[in-house]
Amino acid sequence: MATINSQISSLRPEAALESFIVEAGDPFVREIRCGQILRIVDLEGNQAVDTLFYNAHDYSDRYSAQDTVREQGNIYLTTGTRLLSTQGNVLLTIVADTCGRHDTFGGACAQESNMVRYAIEKRSMHACRQSFMKGLQQWQPEPGMRHFDKGDITSNINFFMNVPMTPEGGLTFEDGVSEAGKYVELRAEMDVILAISNCPQLNNPCNAYNPTPVQVLIWDVPLQEVNVQ
Amino acid sequence: MESVLLATAAVPGGATWSHVLKRGTALRITDVEGGANVAAYFLNFDLPSERFNLPDTLKAQHTARLTKGHVLYSDMGRILCSITEDTVGWHDPLAGLSNAELIEKKYGRLTYQKARNDWHQNARDGLSIELGKYGLAPRDLHATVNFFSKVSVDHDGNMHYCADNSAPGGYVELRAEMNVLVLLNTCPHPLDPAGKYAPKPVTLSINRVPAPRSDDPCRTQCRENTRGFLLTEFYFL
Repeated sequence: MATINSQISSLRPEAALESFIVEAGDPFVREIRCGQILRIVDLEGNQAVDTLFYNAHDYSDRYSAQDTVREQGNIYLTTGTRLLSTQGNVLLTIVADTCGRHDTFGGACAQESNMVRYAIEKRSMHACRQSFMKGLQQWQPEPGMRHFDKGDITSNINFFMNVPMTPEGGLTFEDGVSEAGKYVELRAEMDVILAISNCPQLNNPCNAYNPTPVQVLIWDVPLQEVNVQ
Repeated sequence: MESVLLATAAVPGGATWSHVLKRGTALRITDVEGGANVAAYFLNFDLPSERFNLPDTLKAQHTARLTKGHVLYSDMGRILCSITEDTVGWHDPLAGLSNAELIEKKYGRLTYQKARNDWHQNARDGLSIELGKYGLAPRDLHATVNFFSKVSVDHDGNMHYCADNSAPGGYVELRAEMNVLVLLNTCPHPLDPAGKYAPKPVTLSINRVPAPRSDDPCRTQCRENTRGFLLTEFYFL
């Protein structure tokens, strides 16, 4: 039986700087400044939140799933995980997590991969890559920064998703380990761009066949006041 | 049509190699001495925005390791390469690339000025430079595969590097299902605990091979792959 760690946060939602509801099937793109705290809440339970992070000042320096898991020696993300970039920077650190385990090898669903995985006729169903493309295409970059394109969409994090691997090299999509009200909280260690696709997948149990909204909260917390212990 | 040998090549340890592997040919990579590691990345040469997608490859085939019968999916629901032969049994899709910092931390810094071609190199820089030769950039480099290496995962998710995964003479064969830009690097696996920088060489051979038939083992591996081949063949209509 796998060990699941839970770490609660002392931050109060009413003290948050900003709060957003992201409906299933929608993108959400936002800059998170160094030192700010980001919380993603699985409001109704078992909702996969596909998430990407970029260095806000160099989009080619982006979240790297393989570097992140290799450097911590574990394939699951939870409290204490440092999200590493392709250039070896720490983008964010997970500072609280009441779900206990998040996937980063399941990737994002796309219309094209849905045809492979389920049926050719699934081509027109909504998928995470549609949301990532829309959110990143519509993002207005700061002066001097280029626009995002498909090549920036890389192997993502799936918050609240359960994709266990076995010692024999098997991989399955299983019912979520999350439930209503569970959350994950991250501290930005540098200025980052957050891109979320709140997963619309209806063909597998990653959303319990019922995609639901999530909440995004951002706190403006000076670094010295953050105490995750 | 029988398989016909077209070319061979040798790649020393710590080196980078690339080739546009044409549809209808296959690349065999042989671990000459045993214990080699070959970091690999793949793009559709005719449409380089279409490239290897590791999560799609793993989830479509319900696997966290790669071996004979598996295929390598692009982000467009198509197959770049099929693994048509494999004597090793487990190739690592999890641990990614060595980088300059990691190599220096493990083995110390050894410059070209000092060591000439025995200098300490790393896979991320090697593959990034190689992509540049095709007009591509480091941002075009996404998740990769490590051929000949094995990293197992226990029930708590902990990753364990497994030494002696690949014996001398072991090989893996990749059949191109489209014109694939293949990039390889022979630096040590990033989790290899060996204290000495001693990357192993590989040899390569390219064969002309028959097109996959309706009963091809990669095509019939799972229903997902049957659809993957269908979509790849549709791309060429």
